[in-house]
Amino acid sequence: MPSRALRLGLVVVLAGAMVLPFVVTNFRLFQCAQVFIYAIALLGLNILIGYNGQFSLGHSAFYALGAYTTAIMIDQWSVPYGWTIPVAGLLCLIAGFLFGIPALRLEGLYLALATFALALAVPQILKYFEHWTGGSQGIVLSKPAAPKGVPLNPDQWLYFLTLFVLLVLLVLARNLLAGRTGRAIVAIRDNPIAAQAMGVNTALYKSLTFGVSAAYTGIAGALSALVIAFVAPDAFDVFLSITFLSGIVIGGLASISGAIFGALFIQFVPNWAQDISKAAPWAIYGVFLIGFMYVMPRGIAGAVRLGAARWWRRRAEPS
Amino acid sequence: MALLEVRDLEAQYGWTKVLHGLSFAVEEGGITTILGANGAGKTTTLRAVCGMVKTRGEVRFDGRAIAGRATEDLVRLGIAHVPEGRGTFVNLTVEENLRLGAYARAGRGSLADDLQAAYRYFPVLAERKRQLAGTLSGGEQQMLAVARGLMLRPKLLLLDEPSLGLAPLVVREIFRIVRTINQEQRVSVLLVEQNAAMALRLADRAYLMETGRMVMSGSASELREHDTVRRAYLGY
Amino acid sequence: MDILIQQVVSGLATGGIYGSVALALVMIYEATDIVNFAQGQMAVVSTYIAWSLLNAGAPYWAAFLATLAISFVGGLLLERIVIRPVEGAPVLTVVIVCIGLLVILNSVLGWIYSYIQKPFPSPFPDRPIRIGNVYFGAHDVGALAITVLVLVALYAFFRFTTLGLAMRAAAQNPASSRLCGIRVGWMLAIGWGLASLIGAVAGMMVAPIVTLDPNMMAGILIYAFASATLGGFTSPGGAVLGGLIVGVIENLVGTYVHFIGTELKLTVALAVILIVLLVRPSGLFGRAAVHRV
Repeated sequence: MPSRALRLGLVVVLAGAMVLPFVVTNFRLFQCAQVFIYAIALLGLNILIGYNGQFSLGHSAFYALGAYTTAIMIDQWSVPYGWTIPVAGLLCLIAGFLFGIPALRLEGLYLALATFALALAVPQILKYFEHWTGGSQGIVLSKPAAPKGVPLNPDQWLYFLTLFVLLVLLVLARNLLAGRTGRAIVAIRDNPIAAQAMGVNTALYKSLTFGVSAAYTGIAGALSALVIAFVAPDAFDVFLSITFLSGIVIGGLASISGAIFGALFIQFVPNWAQDISKAAPWAIYGVFLIGFMYVMPRGIAGAVRLGAARWWRRRAEPS
Repeated sequence: MALLEVRDLEAQYGWTKVLHGLSFAVEEGGITTILGANGAGKTTTLRAVCGMVKTRGEVRFDGRAIAGRATEDLVRLGIAHVPEGRGTFVNLTVEENLRLGAYARAGRGSLADDLQAAYRYFPVLAERKRQLAGTLSGGEQQMLAVARGLMLRPKLLLLDEPSLGLAPLVVREIFRIVRTINQEQRVSVLLVEQNAAMALRLADRAYLMETGRMVMSGSASELREHDTVRRAYLGY
Repeated sequence: MDILIQQVVSGLATGGIYGSVALALVMIYEATDIVNFAQGQMAVVSTYIAWSLLNAGAPYWAAFLATLAISFVGGLLLERIVIRPVEGAPVLTVVIVCIGLLVILNSVLGWIYSYIQKPFPSPFPDRPIRIGNVYFGAHDVGALAITVLVLVALYAFFRFTTLGLAMRAAAQNPASSRLCGIRVGWMLAIGWGLASLIGAVAGMMVAPIVTLDPNMMAGILIYAFASATLGGFTSPGGAVLGGLIVGVIENLVGTYVHFIGTELKLTVALAVILIVLLVRPSGLFGRAAVHRV
């Protein structure tokens, strides 16, 4: 596809995103901020699963770690919230890297279990360290206001903040994956033995990818603590991990735009399902999940790519 | 009469056409070989006959039009395909592999007799019948693949490069057994090979294939004498 | 000492339940190469079918057998109708479809039967069996016996029947199986049917202990997954043994390690499993995956 059309599209979308906060309600802005946050988390998970081929059902744990880092730093030590986001990212980077080392020995299902166990353990652990975490009551925060002199209400401010972080992380991910490192990461997924033979330090790259992936998800968690202004253990159960997994598969594995499509899905489809049927909303959600997979087995991004390729092929053929 | 008759066969993978309308026949009771270099489309030809790739054109087996039928159904008509790479069930035992060969042949004669026959042709398999098939050597796995095909009591045996990656002595042994099977069991054979010298010694009819087309056909001895074949495929 | 034995025994009882669900997971995995996340939920559906039959006045064992038959056919149809369209799609796509199925079944059950817990009868007597100072719950012993029975029957099916052999072949090498005339799609469907049947057995054995509700299997599925991984996903016997081990560890940890108590029981049990996995990455009894270079 010509990159000019793509670039033009991007500019239009970005311009729309800039205008949006001044035309829709605060609740919609809150939802948009959620989408941006999910997109960051999905991006992180997609780097791990889609690009590197390591499976994780445990990213709710890193999301929780990020969220609680922010919440505890603000609640216990009154740290300005802006500082807590990089700290959450760094902490998750280290935690992910460390978890990635033993995970090296595990593959496929066994790795899935290890990460699954992590996701299960986190709510229990959070409840256990009540002194820091507030137990099952959680921690209530206040929504951060815009800096002095910026004429935005808190929802508008958080919208721009999350959008900004998402854009930065998107560009970083794109650069990471387009370069030498990205080729190594993908090579490990496609043929670990050949990658190793070509001199890629698979162990180091795999643990590093785990770390980066966790850092993305942790930053998303930190932002979610700010936007929702509340953290509680049961919000970070294994179901969140499964939601993330659905998000990246629906959005499209190994695709950056897929993270955004997936985030839109997991944010809005449950709401629609609720509107369609009050009695059994999850049944409707399940039908949506399955329906999407039937129609687009390679996710929304995959379908878009295929559709675009067909369109250009037809245009290129002389009529 | 021809047991297998193929006319204007075309096949493609995705957007790439691999077979460009080729025609050939396998005589009942004979051994026919298709020769050709890497990438000529030999494997695809066999896969097309067996309904494993999308095709256009006419395929008649035993007087019946079979193009477009499912692989599983063709097996039931008596076509045994010994695929490229041997298709061994590596985590099953040798005997289980052989039993699977007879899976589609329910009813016709006893399994025990056929196992006996297979072990008679390939004594080495009898020694290893309780072993996992994945632990066999390449030559033994090729023998197992041929024996598995034989368990079907097929009318037609399709062999896809049985010589691939094997030592010449082993190849000679396998070809010798194929000839015995052909004579004793009245099984017609379609052999696809790169090893032209070996294949032409075994077969009675031969075709030469280049980039998805048949470029030459005749009796095996005719092709053996032909200058182009000699220079390009036999190397003398 | 008596307390220890008692705890081990009741650990074995719950472990038997984990083991039978783990067995169903391993079965689907062996027969279709995917992990069915909806497995537990399918078992709950079966149990509700049994509950409805019993409520309509059917005698226990008649309802039991009818449920097995319905579950087998149901599992088979689910594969043909729901899973078939994504056959050949990437593994994760299939996983998501299974998750969708789980969510739908759960939601529909809640809609029809409500989320209120329902008592479910046991076919075994109430009176515990006493040996020395140790009591065995009759239901626990019965459930364990039935699990072992199912395992033996399955083993025989896969080992000695042609259909069982064809199913194993279809899972391992679909292309080659087709060349043997095996209808691979149907083998997958039968695999789902069998796994659904095993799940039904597990569900009917669990329900008297935990009482029946649409989320009954959620917790058990987690343990079953852990058991299957511990035993090795390629080994049916390992799955059952893994279940027993998990049940015992869970119980002993909860009883003896006081500062942990019941809240962190699950965490510790999982940690133990992880340590085992780090030493034996394919589970205790699993085959190591062979890689083609």
